[in-house]
Amino acid sequence: MQRMACSFPDEVLEHVFSFVQCDNDRNAISTVCKSWYKIERWSRRRVFVGNCYAISPDMVIRRFPDVRSIELKGKPHFADFNLVPDGWGGYVAPWISAMAAAYPWLEEIRLKRMVITDENLELISKSFKNFKVLVLSSCEGFSTDGLAAIAANCRNLRELDLRESEVEDLSGHWLKHFPDDYTSLVSLNIACLGCEVSFSALERLVGRCPNLRTLRLNRAVPLDKLANLLRRAPQLVELGTGAYSSELRPDVFSNLSGAFSGCKELKSLSGFWDVVPGYLPAVYPICCRLTTLNLSYATIQSPDLIKLVGQCQNLQRLWVLDYIEDAGLDAVAASCKDLRELRVFPSDPYGPEPNVPLTEQGLVSISEGCSKLQSVLYFCRQMSNAALMTIARNRPNMTRFRLCIIEPGTPDYLTLQPLDVGFGAIVEHCKDLQRLSLSGLLTDLVFEYIGTYAKKLEMLSVAFAGESDLGLHHVLSGCEKLRKLEIRDCPFGDKALLANAAKLETMRSLWMSSCSVTFGACKLLGQKMPRLNVEVIDERGTPDSRPESCPIDKLYIYRTVAGSRFDMPGFVWTIDEDSAMRLS
Amino acid sequence: MGVVGGGAGAVSGGGGSSTSDASMSTVSKEDNPVLSSEDSSSCLDESELELGLGLSLGVGVGACKAQQGPRGGQYARILTAKDFPYVGSSTSASVSSSSSSSSSSSSSSLSRANVTAGTKRSADSVAAANGASSQVVGWPPIRAYRMNSLVNQAKLPATEVFNSLIVKSRNSNPAVGKGTSNACVNANEKGQLRSSLFVKVNMDGIPIGRKVDLSSHRCYETLAQKLEDMFATSSTIMNSIRSGGEEHDMMVDAITPSKLLDGSSGFVLTYEDKEGDWMLVGDVPWGMFINSVRRLRIMRASEANGLAPRLEESNGGQRNKPI
Repeated sequence: MQRMACSFPDEVLEHVFSFVQCDNDRNAISTVCKSWYKIERWSRRRVFVGNCYAISPDMVIRRFPDVRSIELKGKPHFADFNLVPDGWGGYVAPWISAMAAAYPWLEEIRLKRMVITDENLELISKSFKNFKVLVLSSCEGFSTDGLAAIAANCRNLRELDLRESEVEDLSGHWLKHFPDDYTSLVSLNIACLGCEVSFSALERLVGRCPNLRTLRLNRAVPLDKLANLLRRAPQLVELGTGAYSSELRPDVFSNLSGAFSGCKELKSLSGFWDVVPGYLPAVYPICCRLTTLNLSYATIQSPDLIKLVGQCQNLQRLWVLDYIEDAGLDAVAASCKDLRELRVFPSDPYGPEPNVPLTEQGLVSISEGCSKLQSVLYFCRQMSNAALMTIARNRPNMTRFRLCIIEPGTPDYLTLQPLDVGFGAIVEHCKDLQRLSLSGLLTDLVFEYIGTYAKKLEMLSVAFAGESDLGLHHVLSGCEKLRKLEIRDCPFGDKALLANAAKLETMRSLWMSSCSVTFGACKLLGQKMPRLNVEVIDERGTPDSRPESCPIDKLYIYRTVAGSRFDMPGFVWTIDEDSAMRLS
Repeated sequence: MGVVGGGAGAVSGGGGSSTSDASMSTVSKEDNPVLSSEDSSSCLDESELELGLGLSLGVGVGACKAQQGPRGGQYARILTAKDFPYVGSSTSASVSSSSSSSSSSSSSSLSRANVTAGTKRSADSVAAANGASSQVVGWPPIRAYRMNSLVNQAKLPATEVFNSLIVKSRNSNPAVGKGTSNACVNANEKGQLRSSLFVKVNMDGIPIGRKVDLSSHRCYETLAQKLEDMFATSSTIMNSIRSGGEEHDMMVDAITPSKLLDGSSGFVLTYEDKEGDWMLVGDVPWGMFINSVRRLRIMRASEANGLAPRLEESNGGQRNKPI
């Protein structure tokens, strides 16, 4: 074996390796022999760190000295729903400082749920001469000043994507900082910005960047300006409109309609805040080419939605509000035969009564009509085991199934039974299911089904479900591919957690909040498992001030080779090997 | 990239089970006298707080009972919806009054105590079926930006949608405007709590800001209390780190109740309104405040110069009573 390996010069091996991009495959390559390990680590260009605290920047840099693209994720998923207190962590600063020194040729930074400051952005803009891609997904901590630094200094920037980040809007003038001779923009997503950006600067920018493919505007861009932008960028493939409302005027309408017709490449539409239905027909000419349509902010009624979506025969991804109603989903099932992903969001999630006739029936229709359906996120108010079983049998190719029955603990509305067998059917029939979110009335039985059948499941979200530790035990012991488990408000305690401690090292993370885990168990876990960080998040003050058997508020456990982190705020407690409780 | 060598951890999975039995999650205070004497004070606080907030859902402490678990171990079993007959969302009368689910998570106004809040919640939020989901933090699981965006558009009122469906005689979209509707109103016509309104709060001297859900409050007092709790914890912790762990002593220095509103703590509570001006919190009716607040700042009284005239007035007891 050694002779074979030496018979190729390093450059040849490196060239061969360059065809292998998948991280798992490259990891496998690196374990073949020492020289392959060496060659592979010098030629790895892209690194993905699913939990920024699982490893330190220095360790990454030591292993991979010449990285051009990095992706980091910070806070746990439940931070999206305000379950992680502010200040918990996820700071990107140490990564940026380390990489500024070590990776001068870094081109791409992708962050998710991390805290990034204006200083960090400025450092990025000044440290990486060939910087091309900045994607900040659900990030926070920065303002438009930081964006100005990026615009001003990143001469080779291709992509600036702020998807759903929280940006402090100091002024819309940051856009003016793109130099007049800057023309390389390919993708710009500023949909999350609240303030008005300088429109003339935007127009000029769009006009001088011939490679612009993606443009997602923010709500503040008025509809009557949209046509001008489109005419300057008829090559657009993805467009997010601003507010889609204006006085109904024939000239504005025909201008807009003409501009849309000129966009022959347009495949994805989003935006549509404040929709005036009279303007919807302006997009009809391009509907047949659309593969992605995000109407999840469009508060328009079912007939208008049906008219629009009915023309999108090539639609693969549809996001919509429940105003579409069961009838609208019937229409989608009939017209959109290529549908792969459906997300239906609630228009009135806090109302106690349903405000629209959207029920389980809509989802059943889709499952019957759309044979390619793989990914579902569905908010509704009633569900039955029968419907779930039908959906499961119709769509065994489902890979992501997230059902949110709005009222916690809602049973099968026909039989008043728990929904265990319904979800059981989902995991039994959908053998490739990777992601599952449960809701409704559920006992330990559903977890038994999941542990038995969901062998490919990687991420499970559980809320207000289960009866005892047995439920948690089924999942931890049965789901072989489980990477992320997030649980809230379930009666799971110490037993299952401690009995399956070793399992936790095979997962990225476990979140448990408002369950019955005691501080004593956390301490034990922290002491015994050196490669886990066991973080107790509790805003009631130090857990030592309460009995050890008292349930803690929130628990976040993740595997790490970097040891305890140093940036924990006052409400996070961790336990390390010397069994002393440490504050940050 | 492979972060950790996978495979078996250093400790066998069964380790520590004996300890875990002893510290098995126990919920009920009544059934475990040892436990109840230890945490009775905190539980008392909890029930007082819950009653004090006067929310509409029934309040009762100790909804959980302990019984033999299915595996024979002696541990408390949390009541789940199975124990309650499902009666539909409109009637809660037949459901026993159990603890209000308004306690939600620790980031809500019941930040103190709530020893059993976590464990009771699964029962409670089902038991209190009417509008329960509106009072639980982070449920339904919808991102804040999505909620804010929905709330800021004129939503189609539920009754109107239904009526128009029945009649089938609508032409174009009624009443869709561009401006913000009552984005931040706490209760709609039906008196149900609506949406979350998280705003940032910064306190002078503390680098890490926090967020508070304004829609879970209906008056300035509870908001101030919540903020004091929030920053009392963090400020004492910060102080203790600096001074080397004398956090118990530092508790005395923490802002004591209701001092944020009258300025006697040395700090004043201010907010930035829609126009970008910084105003003293408490001068306008609560509803007006909710409609215009963008973020909060707990400012050192010494820096509240521009607001000083109001401060002097308020010390004289001229504060508007919260609505």
